[in-house]
Amino acid sequence: MNNVFVYCEIEEGQIAEVSLELLSKGRSLANLKKCKLEAVVIGSDIKSIEKQIFPYGADIVHVADEKRLYPYTTNPHTAIVKRLFEQEKPSIGLFGATSIGRDLAPRIASVLKCGLTADCTALEIGNHTENKTKKEYKDLLYQIRPAFGGNIIATIINPDTRPQLATVREGVMKKEINSADHYGDVNQIDVADWLSDDDFVVRIIERHIESSKVNIKNAGIIVAGGYGVGSRENFNLLYELAAVLGGEVAGSRAAVDGGFVEHERQVGQTGVTVRPKLYIACGISGQIQHRAGMDQSAIIISINNDTEAPINQIADYTINGDLTEIIPKMIKFYQKNTK
Amino acid sequence: MKGLKIIVLAKQVPDTRNVGKDAMKADGTVNRAALPAIFNPEDLNALEQALRIKDKYPGTTITVLTMGPGRAAEIIREAMYRGADDGYLLTDRKFAGSDTLATSYSISLAIRKLSPFDIVIAGRQAIDGDTAQVGPQVAEKLGLPQITYAEDILSVKKGVITVKRRLERGVETVAAPMPVVITVHSSAPECRARHAKYTIKYKHARSLSELQDTSEDYLQLQKDRPYLLIREWGIDDIDADLEQLGLSGSPTKVKKIENVVFTSRESKVLSAADGDIEYLMKELIDNHTIG
Repeated sequence: MNNVFVYCEIEEGQIAEVSLELLSKGRSLANLKKCKLEAVVIGSDIKSIEKQIFPYGADIVHVADEKRLYPYTTNPHTAIVKRLFEQEKPSIGLFGATSIGRDLAPRIASVLKCGLTADCTALEIGNHTENKTKKEYKDLLYQIRPAFGGNIIATIINPDTRPQLATVREGVMKKEINSADHYGDVNQIDVADWLSDDDFVVRIIERHIESSKVNIKNAGIIVAGGYGVGSRENFNLLYELAAVLGGEVAGSRAAVDGGFVEHERQVGQTGVTVRPKLYIACGISGQIQHRAGMDQSAIIISINNDTEAPINQIADYTINGDLTEIIPKMIKFYQKNTK
Repeated sequence: MKGLKIIVLAKQVPDTRNVGKDAMKADGTVNRAALPAIFNPEDLNALEQALRIKDKYPGTTITVLTMGPGRAAEIIREAMYRGADDGYLLTDRKFAGSDTLATSYSISLAIRKLSPFDIVIAGRQAIDGDTAQVGPQVAEKLGLPQITYAEDILSVKKGVITVKRRLERGVETVAAPMPVVITVHSSAPECRARHAKYTIKYKHARSLSELQDTSEDYLQLQKDRPYLLIREWGIDDIDADLEQLGLSGSPTKVKKIENVVFTSRESKVLSAADGDIEYLMKELIDNHTIG
């Protein structure tokens, strides 16, 4: 009762990165609340999957293992999580803000009539006093996220409903092993009893999942472009600079929406969160959703012809001017000084 | 196959994507009233999917359902200009303050009143919140299966709909029995432009509250052409339970709002001149950031 639960996703027999990150965050939230951390993992052929989870600090792992439970479909996973949550009454439930988590978590929130906050960029534990009634709430989950197009940062709470649900994007929380030899309890769910054939009305006919070719999350150097880059052609300059420096190319949401760069390279609240040692922002104005995904970069360079672009205010170096002129010069002077 | 009945969920949203300088107040916060109200982009993708089904299966009807203030009737007209048949606006002060759970409660009641139907289709998410929660929550409240992130509806036959979904790292094709709730991803085809014929036909479509300041002549016109009425429903029309609406029906509360304040780093300002760029690259090489 009143524990922290993390829904763990599976990719090819491995617990997804985002789930490991959430387990790490869940462990620290559970420590603050002085409660247990529990994980739920639903899939097929996942014998001893708990071994991947326990090092991240889970006290209990609930496993539902059945052939039809992988790949993910909405209804059977909803049915299992719903029943488990009704039975175990968690205080907090965390899901990855992924294709799966964003499909599943709202369905759970609806059936349990509880609150859910999407795409949180921070989670904290804190108290609350209701203004009108002066009622005191202890140890609530503060669900913090940019809102209204990123022009404000909102702290959301669910004072009266449980569990308090939140989704978080991959890369936002830090993955940390709690204790490599930690071991907890495993609860095998009696799937046959928990599911009915009606839960399988949606059938998967075909799937093409590509392993990600792009890895901007772990890149040490990122050359990122915004709408100000102007075209897909101009983005080639960014690829050239990235190749010379040994980095990756990324884009803001505006650049992705503009078709200059593919979605898997998007940095920001609705993309990937990155922490490179060097982030070169080209033609990026720097709205809060974008900055939420890159402001922990060690060094930030902004190249922009708008001297008042908001990103300049968090940049270590601001270069005022045209990126089609500046980037070739950066390549030239880099090569000149490293030879 | 006979035509289908499709309900398109749409939302009028402030255009938060391009907050220009005009929309900023002196204290650096956003003046929401200055932002243009637009048809939520992914809801237009959803409307297009509905229109494609209608193209393929004559006799299909498309009803647009939206919730919002009186001015949101505008997006129902926009949808009619593109080929939607009619529209309902859920509008009542008591809806104010609804989070996604309370919103999906109200919308699901309205959909029940519009039963029977084959497909409920909506954009994946609205740009003012980006939560992507209302679609799945409506599906749950209706007890229906959901297909999220639809990119293409491949076929509709014998009560089964086959849909290609866009996932983070790939695509998936699923089949589901109808009725079903579908949410559409931005990678789906863009919505077609207004159709001249429909724009003329529905140009005078008005909701009851919009009618309050129109002339006698117009009222007669609408009497003769009942399709020009955009119907408005309040909480009594959908038999809603007050406890599940608005603030009282919303488990999420906003504890704190902070305006985004830019905390400046110590920034070196450079120009595009050769000397400046060479200085920068040398400094980055010397401190082992690059090279």
